Amino acid sequence: MTIGLYHPGHSPLHRLSAGTKVTGLLVASLALFLTPSVWFAFWSVPVAFAVYLSTGAPFRRLMAQLRGPAILLGLVLAFHLLFGSVADGLLAVARFATLILLASAVTLSTRISEMAELVEWGLQPLRPVGVNPEKVGLAIALAIRFVPLIAEEFRHIREAQAARGLAANPLALIVPLVIRTLKSADELADAIEARGYER
Amino acid sequence: MTKDVSTRDIVYIALFAALMAAINLVPAIQIGFLPVPITAQTLGVMLAGSLIGAKRGGLAILLFVLLVALGLPLLAGGNGGLSVFFGPTAGFILSWPIAAFVTGWLTEVNWRRMNAVWFFVFSVIGGVVVVYLIGIPWLAMVAKLSLWDATKGSMIFVPGDLIKAGVAAVIAETVRRSYPLMQTVR
Amino acid sequence: MHNPQSRGAERAMIVLEGVSHDFDDRPVLVEIDLALCERRIGIVGANGSGKSTFARLLNGLVLPRTGRVLVDGVDTRKDVKAIRRKVGFVFQNPDHQIVMPIVGEDLAFGLKARKVPKAEIAGRIDAALACYNLGHLRERPVHLLSGGEKQLVALSAVLVTDPEIVVFDEPTTLLDLRNRNRVAAAIDALPHPALVVSHDLDLIAGFERVLMIEDGRVAADGLPSEVLPFYRERMR
Repeated sequence: MTIGLYHPGHSPLHRLSAGTKVTGLLVASLALFLTPSVWFAFWSVPVAFAVYLSTGAPFRRLMAQLRGPAILLGLVLAFHLLFGSVADGLLAVARFATLILLASAVTLSTRISEMAELVEWGLQPLRPVGVNPEKVGLAIALAIRFVPLIAEEFRHIREAQAARGLAANPLALIVPLVIRTLKSADELADAIEARGYER
Repeated sequence: MTKDVSTRDIVYIALFAALMAAINLVPAIQIGFLPVPITAQTLGVMLAGSLIGAKRGGLAILLFVLLVALGLPLLAGGNGGLSVFFGPTAGFILSWPIAAFVTGWLTEVNWRRMNAVWFFVFSVIGGVVVVYLIGIPWLAMVAKLSLWDATKGSMIFVPGDLIKAGVAAVIAETVRRSYPLMQTVR
Repeated sequence: MHNPQSRGAERAMIVLEGVSHDFDDRPVLVEIDLALCERRIGIVGANGSGKSTFARLLNGLVLPRTGRVLVDGVDTRKDVKAIRRKVGFVFQNPDHQIVMPIVGEDLAFGLKARKVPKAEIAGRIDAALACYNLGHLRERPVHLLSGGEKQLVALSAVLVTDPEIVVFDEPTTLLDLRNRNRVAAAIDALPHPALVVSHDLDLIAGFERVLMIEDGRVAADGLPSEVLPFYRERMR
């Protein structure tokens, strides 16, 4: 859970800073959307694919991750073939493909903690508007801390409800989960204050 | 956005973001007459606004979206990471914090008369209308589709979303009745 | 970890004067007057007796409706920050007090909150974890720990900020026997004065003083050998 989609490695991408990678991604998006050329978009796909592969993650995993986006893009293309123009369809799909590949490469090669630090750093200029980057950092850490716990709680509830034949009932599953989570929130807030964290 | 959030607020926001992730563990339901299964995803969006208010609900879902961007596989099917924000459905996902805020704002303003019906109405306005109002134009723009085509493609999900809003409404009303301390939560 | 001798004879003395508290117009604690200075104090009572609220008065999580609580002469209403520096609090459910996803980060959390200089933090974390042989868990994700390990991490996180006294609210209630024994041993060996709210009567049988709370009042106050049989009788 604390690793998420990050794949540890030593590729050139891994060694780049999170900020550089995200900036590169944004520059690529701008370039693709501002250039109407189909050929530019078309040729960017294999380049992006090469970048994707360079992350060093196992080939099978890399391809499996593409399944979902591939289906979506197939649908978009189908729509264009049926209702629109082929050229538009190919351009759109090529752009998506490139950006999805590049974005996935960034996620694969960047630790969650690095991304979180980048976010906190990026929020500093917003202090005058009232944004508190430390609070954001705490919220991120707390949420990451609690995802596996709440998931575990969910499994317990599902077991208990299965015994009553209610394992597929969203009400029976979600109501207890929400209530327990809200109760935990009260205790947790107490604990954080008890440990000296100030507003 | 002024961050006059207390420690308690931060905890509610973070825990609800985690809850949103856990809600995705609820299996997608296939209802006979509908062509697509209903995922629990936007259920969390509707509940955030209904249960913890506009500001906290909006921030909780914003935090959730941020966690996905950081690289956590919290979307249905274990999806996540930056790629999600560069695909055709990015607009829908980015609309969620706003949807939660809208549902929350409507709920807060009408807190005294809330019942399952009103929860349903506000969940539809926030969790369906706002989401499509942002998601469809975004889709049209990035996928180079006409607004009309983008709308056509998305409409297939609406019946499922309405059922989801109904479920969210009943859950919200049940929680509201069983956890009266929530009145002080506002 | 910390040499009790170096702290001198200074012990936080906690005084409750005319303390009453209610919740939603329901009385929870009624006219409590106490002076607490023993090194090991146990608190027993039925569920709903008010003992958890009592514990939370001691570090200012709850401020009394009437009366006042003094820790080392400082009123909890006046300077809650200083109070929380002196009084560490360990909750029943470690999952509700461990804030960070990784063990070492959680210990650092409390130190950063107290503005401890960065250079000191790593050393203090290592020392605190070594106390309970938890050093190897420093980089471990918290959700992979056992209940007992979590409770010890929670305790370490409280101790790393160097409180003067530690309050425990049912520290062993959720643990299996082996983990319960680990935590009990840790409490036993704690150099700091400790106040323990517990259903686990074996845990407090060797303490210096036991208070029994019933319906918001101190119904019994004395040696474990006096209070516990009385409590057992009441719980029939």
